[in-house]
Amino acid sequence: MKNILVIGANSAIAKAVSRLYAEEHCRIYLLARDSALLAQQKQDLEIRGATEVDFAPLDVTHFSLHEAVLEQALDTLGSIDLAILCHGSLPDQARCAEHFDAALEQFNVNALSTISLLTLLGNQMIAQGRGCIAVVTSVAGDRGRPSNYVYGAAKGMVSQYLQGLRGRLYRHGVHVVDIRPGFVDTPMTGHLPKGALWSSPERIARCIVDGISRKRHTVYAPGYWRLIMAVVRAIPDTLFKRVSL
Amino acid sequence: MTPTPAAEYSPAHADSSESHSLPEPPAASARMKLHSWGRYPVTESRLHVPRSRDAIDTLLRPAADKAAVIARGLGRSYGDSALADDVMQMLALDNLLSFDEGTGHVRCAAGVSLDTLLQVFLPRGWMLPVVPGTRFVTVGGAIASDVHGKNHHGAGTFGDHVLALSLQQASGEIVQCSPTLNADLFNATCAGMGLTGIIVDATLTLRRVPGSAIVQQTVRTANLQEVFSCFEEHSGATYSVAWLDCLARGEALGRSLLYLGEHAEDGRYLAPRSRALSVPCNAPAFLLNRYSMGAFNALYYQRRTDPLARQRIEADSYFFPLDGISHWNRLYGAKGFLQYQCVIPQEAALSGITRLLQATSAAGKGSFLSVLKKFGAANAHWLSFPMQGYTLAMDFKYERSLLPFLEAMDRIVLDHGGRLYLAKDARMSAQTFRSSYPRWEDFQALRLASGADRLFNSRQSQRLGL
Repeated sequence: MKNILVIGANSAIAKAVSRLYAEEHCRIYLLARDSALLAQQKQDLEIRGATEVDFAPLDVTHFSLHEAVLEQALDTLGSIDLAILCHGSLPDQARCAEHFDAALEQFNVNALSTISLLTLLGNQMIAQGRGCIAVVTSVAGDRGRPSNYVYGAAKGMVSQYLQGLRGRLYRHGVHVVDIRPGFVDTPMTGHLPKGALWSSPERIARCIVDGISRKRHTVYAPGYWRLIMAVVRAIPDTLFKRVSL
Repeated sequence: MTPTPAAEYSPAHADSSESHSLPEPPAASARMKLHSWGRYPVTESRLHVPRSRDAIDTLLRPAADKAAVIARGLGRSYGDSALADDVMQMLALDNLLSFDEGTGHVRCAAGVSLDTLLQVFLPRGWMLPVVPGTRFVTVGGAIASDVHGKNHHGAGTFGDHVLALSLQQASGEIVQCSPTLNADLFNATCAGMGLTGIIVDATLTLRRVPGSAIVQQTVRTANLQEVFSCFEEHSGATYSVAWLDCLARGEALGRSLLYLGEHAEDGRYLAPRSRALSVPCNAPAFLLNRYSMGAFNALYYQRRTDPLARQRIEADSYFFPLDGISHWNRLYGAKGFLQYQCVIPQEAALSGITRLLQATSAAGKGSFLSVLKKFGAANAHWLSFPMQGYTLAMDFKYERSLLPFLEAMDRIVLDHGGRLYLAKDARMSAQTFRSSYPRWEDFQALRLASGADRLFNSRQSQRLGL
């Protein structure tokens, strides 16, 4: 039985991940904004086999609350074997390009909140001397593109941060996983046409749980995105800037 | 298959609850191409994805005076019953809400799939009392189509095991109904094809089984008369279904392999496995022609069987053989296919099905999936398909000559007092529907009274004049 902390727990990917850990009879602590949905999820996970599920509301942009909320989670769980961060938001790129306020809000949600939480969790894990931190970033962080560079920059910042954190925590027996999903068919993208590259949140969740158990460092989900992004990164700027991506 | 530019950068987990700019998914504005399992017809629809039961009402409100909104689950109905201008996709409402270990009563949101229920409960010894030929359907869809399985003659339909359900009506009110509470609404909603409102959640009863595997016995029969006698002789079997060679003629017309099944009594429980094979793209439709199908059917019929041998088969391959191949519907090519499933009442079944098979065989149109099954008695649900008699299901790839051929098949079905399954239908006429579903007027009156007729309409209901 493992103790698992899930942040951004109402996202489709987080739900699918929590369900897989529920099957393994884990103890799960859920954090997200909408506690009515969390209460329903608690029921669902306990029926599926979770040993015990607790939850608390958390708005990740309220940085000052992070410490208290994480302490409460730790008190409840006793120790944390796995913390998985799944929160994020899809910005309106055009609006962010026009107004810095909009971009800042997105950096707060997608990057700075994560870094605040990682600072606290990292120190906590060092004190424990074991554990795993997994963060859902995105393939969008691998290279900036005109249509999505605010989101990409925020996710890329988190990925860079994780590289450093990984080295620091390694000395303390703590593992860090960077999860980079491609296109996922979730409620937010539900109204968009789906192509061959789209995956279900359940498939992504399998990749995540598998990657964590194998102690991978960077998990592309599904794995073929590693190849796609290698190609995308290899395109020279002279060409890349002319392609509308 | 290329995502639109907007879709292309929709990042993975952007649906998080932490999203500040978009607390709920936006009312979808873009239209997208949508089809169901038969890939015929294809419509342009707006897809809405409610994330909570409250969101359904919000998404319904902006609907115009006379709207066409229909709930959709996993899209495994074959025709146009889950297609409309506005489609409410229920898959995000997928929580299990309660489970009673003592009684096996499970309450769950409508978007929960039967696969999920089997994954969670079969290892604990609980089986769904009725499963259709695929486990990739939602509870809401299974109720709306009142699906049946290989045990209909003993266990009835899926809806017969629904203890209660919550229905979001056109007024915005969520109404509880059951066989005793708001019974008319319940009987209209089970098999109601989503036309009375949106099923939000349901309470089902699961059944204890002695083991998840099936002990199967296979009986080879030489013709239709023989398979009918065999069905009657084995009416005590828990599960029975026949695969039928729809291209055999003359003496051999209707030759079949009858599969009988009982639960293994070994106390071993195994959840269905995930899919291994996939059909990656549309196959060229010309591959399926009367010669290739004739050869396939003849070979299949000749497979070795021993009527006395009993074979132990895992539940997934007995109940859901085709779930092992994802996207098998692509085998029928880009234009898609239609499944024609009818039921003929007991007394007329032999002559009716003989005539249907003669017509099919003469036209050389059949394909590899023809299924014959004995039904038990009809239930109280107004638009429920099964009735005491025999049901025949056949797949036909779409081609121009198919529609007139199926019209002719309809006349045979009607002449014998039968009807067609709405969950498979993509083309029957309003007249055919009305003359074969005797309670359609009660159904329509209920829709008028609740305002459902002004909000919940599918391509199918518009075609059927509901």
